[in-house]
Amino acid sequence: MFGEERTERIIGILSESFFPILMAGLQYTIPLTLITFTLGLILAFFTAAARISGFMPLVLLTRFYVWIFRGTPLLVQLFIIFYGLPSVGVTLSPFAAAVIVFTLNKGAYSSEIIRAAILSISKGQWEAAYSIGMTKSQALKRIVLPQAVRVSLPPLGNSFISLVKDTSLAATITVTELFQKGQQIAAVTYEPLWLYIEVAFFYLIFSTVLSYFQARLEIRYGRGIAK
Amino acid sequence: MITIDNLYKRFGALEVLKGVSLSIEKGKTAVIIGPSGSGKTTLLRCLNLLEMPDKGTISLGNKTLNVTAGTRLKQAEIVSFRKQTGMVFQSYNLFPHLTAVENVMEGQVIVLKRSKDDARKKALSLLEKVGLRDRADMYPFQLSGGQQQRVGIARAMAIDPEVLLFDEPTSALDPELVGEVLKVMKDLANEGRTMVVVTHEMKFANEAADQIIFMDGGVVVEQGTPNEVFNATRNPRTLQFLNKVSER
Repeated sequence: MFGEERTERIIGILSESFFPILMAGLQYTIPLTLITFTLGLILAFFTAAARISGFMPLVLLTRFYVWIFRGTPLLVQLFIIFYGLPSVGVTLSPFAAAVIVFTLNKGAYSSEIIRAAILSISKGQWEAAYSIGMTKSQALKRIVLPQAVRVSLPPLGNSFISLVKDTSLAATITVTELFQKGQQIAAVTYEPLWLYIEVAFFYLIFSTVLSYFQARLEIRYGRGIAK
Repeated sequence: MITIDNLYKRFGALEVLKGVSLSIEKGKTAVIIGPSGSGKTTLLRCLNLLEMPDKGTISLGNKTLNVTAGTRLKQAEIVSFRKQTGMVFQSYNLFPHLTAVENVMEGQVIVLKRSKDDARKKALSLLEKVGLRDRADMYPFQLSGGQQQRVGIARAMAIDPEVLLFDEPTSALDPELVGEVLKVMKDLANEGRTMVVVTHEMKFANEAADQIIFMDGGVVVEQGTPNEVFNATRNPRTLQFLNKVSER
């Protein structure tokens, strides 16, 4: 397919770019993913809890929040926060802007996953918890959530893996994460095909590692369930 | 021990309880019988406020609840009233993510704030009592229906309730497993626990009950000793029901 000289050049570029791209992944992509997923989950949990609390002001507030962040593109949300907010005097670093937007976006989607998981636990479980004297929050925490976690792990795992890949959008607001780094190197070496394949490879590795941890968690929370 | 006075409950357009009054003495076993839809389960669920009655008075232990149209109870009031009761459910409702012994410990640790050691000790002795000491570390899915229901009974007793409520505890069981559950219940009745049992097991009612309450159409039609209701009744509705049941 190529001459020997071309092949050598490509191998040279790929091996030289390996560590810069890996570093961009370790420095930005991974932290961005882990931080926003953790914050997003916490936000999602409280949003779901507010939704099922039945307290109208909270219900309406959280419905409004989910409506906005599910109904608009992630890319547009990034641009509003990073490029738009400075015009009203709020200037954020690219990384901070990315964390805020991804957290709010993930929180909105994941809250629906958690809410659905909570609603999937039978009414009999709530009643049994009440019957031994538990309050609503004790029943939620001790009886319903541990079972809901198991239900929510597969969809949350999906959402986590899609987050790894969504972080590439942070390139558009100048975060030099994995994809941005690949783009920069492709621009000077004129080998976009091979560089973007290399970039894709890194995303694949990161996602695979995450899937592995998801599988481990599913086993742990599967206790008490007939196989 | 338990006094219910003029209790009403409706679900939407359907009036399920239409002025129920009765009283049950401490240490006695009362069995509520009646055709399906007669309101017996609803009445039982009103006793621990899983259903909030619309109107009427319930006295249980040392607490009295007087409910009228505008009554809004705080969670703390509901919980402190409910803690006087333990409930056994038709579909067991064990916590599937906890082992048998953990199921029986849960209320003690979380609600009564007992230490884990004390709770475990008590849980194991209750499991012993229902004949499941050797199944303590199994998960509900590893137990038969009858075993699960016996764990359910141990769980209900663990919080030291004044009254045990049984909501058709054997209706979901395979016929050959009914006996083991009824035996545990009979033992408890003989120990002088206060129990209110909704059931279709007429033999159990006849042998274990101190008091039979026959409900139909949302009211108590007749009540008395098993002999008075099963053998000596002249009430046409009771007779009709008993005839139907004995045809099975």
